[in-house]
Amino acid sequence: MTVAFKERQGQQMALTVGIVVLIVVLSLLPMARLLQEVVLPGGRFSLDIIRSGLVDNTTWVATWNTVYVGLGGTLLALVLGVAVALLVSLSDVRQRQAFVLCFVTPLMIAPQVTALAWLQVFGPSSPMLDLLGMAPPLGTPNPLYSPEGIVLLLGIQYAPLVFLIVRAGLRKLPRELVEAAQSSGASWFRVLRTVILPLMTPSIVGAAALTFVSCVGNFGIPAFLGIPANYLVLPTLIYQRLAGGGPAVLSEVAFLSVLIGIIAMVGILLQDRIAKRRDFRITSTSLPAAPYRLGRWRIPVEIGMWLLIAFILVLPLIGLILTSLVRGYGVTLSADTATLENYRFVILEHAAAKRAFVNSLYLSATAAIFAVFVAIPLAYAIAWGKHRWVKALNLAIELPYALPGVVLAIASLLLFLKPMPITGIHIYNTVWIILYAYLARFLVLAVRPTITGYFQLDRALEEAAQVAGAGLFTRMRTIIFPLIAPAAIAGGLLIFMTALSELTVSALLWSSGSETIGVIIFSFEQGGDSKYAAAVSAIMVATTFLLMLLASLFANRLPDGVLPWRD
Amino acid sequence: MAGLSIHNVTKSFGGTNALDDVSIDVADGEFLAVLGPSGCGKTTLLRLIAGFEEVTGGRVSIGGSVVSSTELNVPPERRRVGIVFQNYALWPHMSVAENIGYALKVARVGRAEREARVKGALALVNMEQYADRRPANLSGGQRQRVALARCLVAEPSLVLFDEPLANLDVHLRASMEDEFADFHKRTGTTILYITHDQAEAMALADRIAVMDHGRLMQLATPRELYHEPANEMVASFISQGMVLPADVLTDEKKGECKVKVLGQELVVRCRKGETPRRNARICCRASQIEAVTGKGEGFAGTITRAVYRGGAARVEFEPDGAPNTGLHFDQLDPVTFEAGGRARLRLTSGWLIPAAGVA
Ligand SMILES: Nc1ncnc2c1ncn2[C@@H]1O[C@H](COP(=O)(O)OP(=O)(O)OP(=O)(O)O)[C@@H](O)[C@H]1O
Ligand SMILES: [Mg+2]
Repeated sequence: MTVAFKERQGQQMALTVGIVVLIVVLSLLPMARLLQEVVLPGGRFSLDIIRSGLVDNTTWVATWNTVYVGLGGTLLALVLGVAVALLVSLSDVRQRQAFVLCFVTPLMIAPQVTALAWLQVFGPSSPMLDLLGMAPPLGTPNPLYSPEGIVLLLGIQYAPLVFLIVRAGLRKLPRELVEAAQSSGASWFRVLRTVILPLMTPSIVGAAALTFVSCVGNFGIPAFLGIPANYLVLPTLIYQRLAGGGPAVLSEVAFLSVLIGIIAMVGILLQDRIAKRRDFRITSTSLPAAPYRLGRWRIPVEIGMWLLIAFILVLPLIGLILTSLVRGYGVTLSADTATLENYRFVILEHAAAKRAFVNSLYLSATAAIFAVFVAIPLAYAIAWGKHRWVKALNLAIELPYALPGVVLAIASLLLFLKPMPITGIHIYNTVWIILYAYLARFLVLAVRPTITGYFQLDRALEEAAQVAGAGLFTRMRTIIFPLIAPAAIAGGLLIFMTALSELTVSALLWSSGSETIGVIIFSFEQGGDSKYAAAVSAIMVATTFLLMLLASLFANRLPDGVLPWRD
Repeated sequence: MAGLSIHNVTKSFGGTNALDDVSIDVADGEFLAVLGPSGCGKTTLLRLIAGFEEVTGGRVSIGGSVVSSTELNVPPERRRVGIVFQNYALWPHMSVAENIGYALKVARVGRAEREARVKGALALVNMEQYADRRPANLSGGQRQRVALARCLVAEPSLVLFDEPLANLDVHLRASMEDEFADFHKRTGTTILYITHDQAEAMALADRIAVMDHGRLMQLATPRELYHEPANEMVASFISQGMVLPADVLTDEKKGECKVKVLGQELVVRCRKGETPRRNARICCRASQIEAVTGKGEGFAGTITRAVYRGGAARVEFEPDGAPNTGLHFDQLDPVTFEAGGRARLRLTSGWLIPAAGVA
């Protein structure tokens, strides 16, 4: 009996130790290293780095710019996202499913691809405007190269995020609350203003915080739109410093990345404060409220909604595709001049681009598969574990994803600049450092849906196996894995899609030979080869659509809400 | 072999006791039902025995060896108990045969033997033709049979049932009840059966443990629970017994004594050694109340409700002497009582509930 006891303890211990090691390596260690660089450089306490960072005027300009585009983007995303969520959830518009799919898609497309696509729509060399005969004379600056351009694109990129959160909140709104207000004589707009919106404050505030953090940490959009106008935000400032100065400026950029981390944290803490003060927990569950009849407004509203889709999705994608078909700068696109030459070039000829496809494919597949296998035991401990401290560890996994990607990238640089102790393995300037950062950053994307999956699974299924005599590892393999795998794999797919054209992390960690697709798009655009950048981007968008389709095929085996684009 | 002994077991969840000093001995081969209102700790008891929860105090032994105590907790997978869950807990990704054969596979039983035993278990629950089905394609009753077969195939020394029939409709319940009883007779397995359905417990069990608020109220045969409840809770819980205040007038003699209840003098059954006392309680059943015509011995009061239920009416009555004590009884056709009317009733017998602390 004691032997059995020990054996069980052994498997439990192995699981616990594995989880702790994982979290330390992927989350606590890089964050600790980053902080150490800023306040304990070389092991001695010093405020020099902070001081020299603070007296530098560019720091302040970039910080102000970061906050400005962050707030602007958040505001736009909120207006768009909340309005669409209200319409879709509470009114009787038709074609909801298709609309939601189209509206959420920008979230699945990498920011730098969005940026590139939009740049192709406006500006003097826009094939679209050219076709329409509306192109401004060559030499006029593209109006998107401006803070307002950045705000516009951030708003469009993250409006789906707001939409998803507020929509989830509205779904839980019990219809009795709405009906009670209506039967007290309130008009529908009054109900909206006095009951629905106040009850939605926690969702809206939560969405705002998340969007703010995403905007502040976004690299792709300000890199494509801000750098040409010399409008720098903190992530692009870090990129420029590092590109110019190499490892020598690491301490300096470490300070800057901590600064971004702090701005993001302020956003999160503020949200926490507001959410605590307005704790309207909705406990009852019931049918959703009856949809509001738009009546004769229905057709105009529907037209408006689809025009919105045309503007935020169709227009830029057409711009992107047209550019990818252009022969050269200034050549007018027509049926005769259109060419697939750009696609051939990036797929078959350009060495770095070819490498990048392979690298990104391997990186994202490895990160996704690793995450799926790790997420299952990890989420098991979090969702079904008995120990409270495991739940605290959940926060540690969220951290690398909650903080802007730049923060993690710099932390990884610091961690692996020198060869690792004992083993002497040196992964700096190799593809492995990018893999490490992907694992750390994206793991949570697989853990979250897996936890949801566990909560929807009847624990008795595991207990039945336990009384049948199966030990922890046997249960994991034969019962838990088959049942939870769909949710974890959906998370893995999300990781794969996100990592495939990821730029923020790899822009700071890549080296010759370890280019990623994101980096290739970026360098084509920076080198003035928009047509190649557009060709790669178009391929990535097509891939994204294909993956979304693939995931939707097994959607009915997944817990609700795992695939963001499924309504 | 495998009796079950629960010894002074206490289980608290963050300060509140879900189980409070519970002791139950289940003999080898006995069918014991645990009965009690919702939230009284039945499931907690079962999970403690299975090993999913650890005891806060006391100990549990199965077949003479301790499996749970404050120092030791044998993991569920080593206890050789079988459980039939309320919601079946069949693994949806395995066929019926795979579900049943799982425990044998885990125990590395050879293929040929495994198949034979799975077949045997399927035959035991009359499900041979469903071996290759998925659980999703079975009816509720069939699922419960598979769950039963799954738990039997490993020949556990002790089988725990957690409200196994709660999700089934009335007709299916009756037939599954028969199957459980039949199964118990054939195999002689020790069974702990949790339910909040009294009729089910009475029909199946050798003995019933009644629980309330985490405490064991009484452990006795169904007959004894009904006729000789040990306290007010059991008296009023079992078959809606009525508890009435009474004064004991005489010493116990041959298991009976004389009491005064609602002004009426009455001979009731009682425990040995009862002596005269005031503020005692008696328990009586609807069948022990009858209407009195004229001025015979009894007590007067008002009919508060009379509900016709086909063949008889359930009549609720409030005696003048004790306005807040509701009595109820059945009046066979022809029903004459109506709400608001006056009546005179009489008790024919009853049971003197032992003084608190004597049980
Ligand atoms: N894991 C737990 N944490 C905290 N409290 C618990 C836990 N499990 C049970 N309880 C509490 O213990 C008490 C007994 O619960 P239990 O589930 O054993 O009741 P039950 O008799 O099975 O009820 P029912 O008939 O409704 O199934 C309840 O008050 C319950 O809230
Ligand atoms: Mg229960």
